[in-house]
Amino acid sequence: MIKAEQKPIEEILTYLDPYKKILLSGCGACVTVCHAGGEKEVSLLASSLKMARNLTGKPLEIQEITPARQCEPEFAEELAEKAEGVEAVLSLSCGVGVQTLARSLTKTPVIPGVNTVFMGETVSHGVWEERCQACGNCLLERTGGVCPIARCSKQLLNGPCGGSSKGKCEIRQETDCAWQLIYDRLKSLGQLDKLREVIPAKNWGTESRDKGPRRIVREDLKI
Amino acid sequence: MLVFIPKIVAFCCEQSGVPAAEMAETLKLSVPANLEIVPVPCAGRTETLFLLKALERGADGVIVFACHEENCQYLIGNMRAKSRLLYAQNLLQKIGLEKERLEICNIATNSGVKFAETLKDKAIRLKELGPNPLTRINDPLAHANVGIKE
Repeated sequence: MIKAEQKPIEEILTYLDPYKKILLSGCGACVTVCHAGGEKEVSLLASSLKMARNLTGKPLEIQEITPARQCEPEFAEELAEKAEGVEAVLSLSCGVGVQTLARSLTKTPVIPGVNTVFMGETVSHGVWEERCQACGNCLLERTGGVCPIARCSKQLLNGPCGGSSKGKCEIRQETDCAWQLIYDRLKSLGQLDKLREVIPAKNWGTESRDKGPRRIVREDLKI
Repeated sequence: MLVFIPKIVAFCCEQSGVPAAEMAETLKLSVPANLEIVPVPCAGRTETLFLLKALERGADGVIVFACHEENCQYLIGNMRAKSRLLYAQNLLQKIGLEKERLEICNIATNSGVKFAETLKDKAIRLKELGPNPLTRINDPLAHANVGIKE
């Protein structure tokens, strides 16, 4: 899932400085899971912002809402209706949700309240780690389900660099060497022979952002 | 003469804080006048939002009475409460409120005396800190905590 972190409150307060009445919108999907922008975080941020603005003598009126998802046009349109009468919307959804909502709100600014950081998994309570960089051509079948693009600091495709030591990465000691993980995994699967196949260099030009934002089109689903 | 009696909200774990409060009452120990006890099934039930809302709505100070560390019936509820309190203190500093308004006290069931003494100390420290500035700003003429005779 997409992982995000709330922006520093000082930064958010700077963005909100010109406004007196805002809609604070969370998102019930990814940012709820990583505790950056769910219903709870909306309430917490609203309370903090109200107190901060009261202390400076510039009260801020905040309406709170957390739709199931903000990145779908249907939900964004519903949100846009709720935003009538407010001067700005502070969105705690990921960058996708902010843009979907901005498209529905032509005359109201939509301000991001979180930094969208990566696609990752929950390692333990309160700890999330990157697992996918959406490179556009998945290699996981050949690497035992461990992604060298997202998890190797150098994005190496055919084995570790010389800096791999005792299963750890030279870039950061607490980080597992992705290629050690790949080796261990393939060994336990009895598929070490896969390491003999050379993975060709990725064609970042065509597999990734060759022509600006990528787009998926399913003709069978189009209306 | 009108004096400032700090309003204190005390979140009390039902495994420790509440029995300690009852013990203090049984022993007829005095506690600060403007005290609101909020029983919670475990200190870990105290959300960060509860701490902020208490201050937003006019409390001068908030205290969480939790079980001693490694002695939580729900394993780590007291540690969760501590983490949330630290998070909330950090937030308060960023928005310009004194972090000392929030604190946690680990307490045992039979510590009625400690319960009363901790609250008395907190009331003294809050008096030095002064009323919650949010209350002054929101309603300068009717500060709920000023005007009670000591």
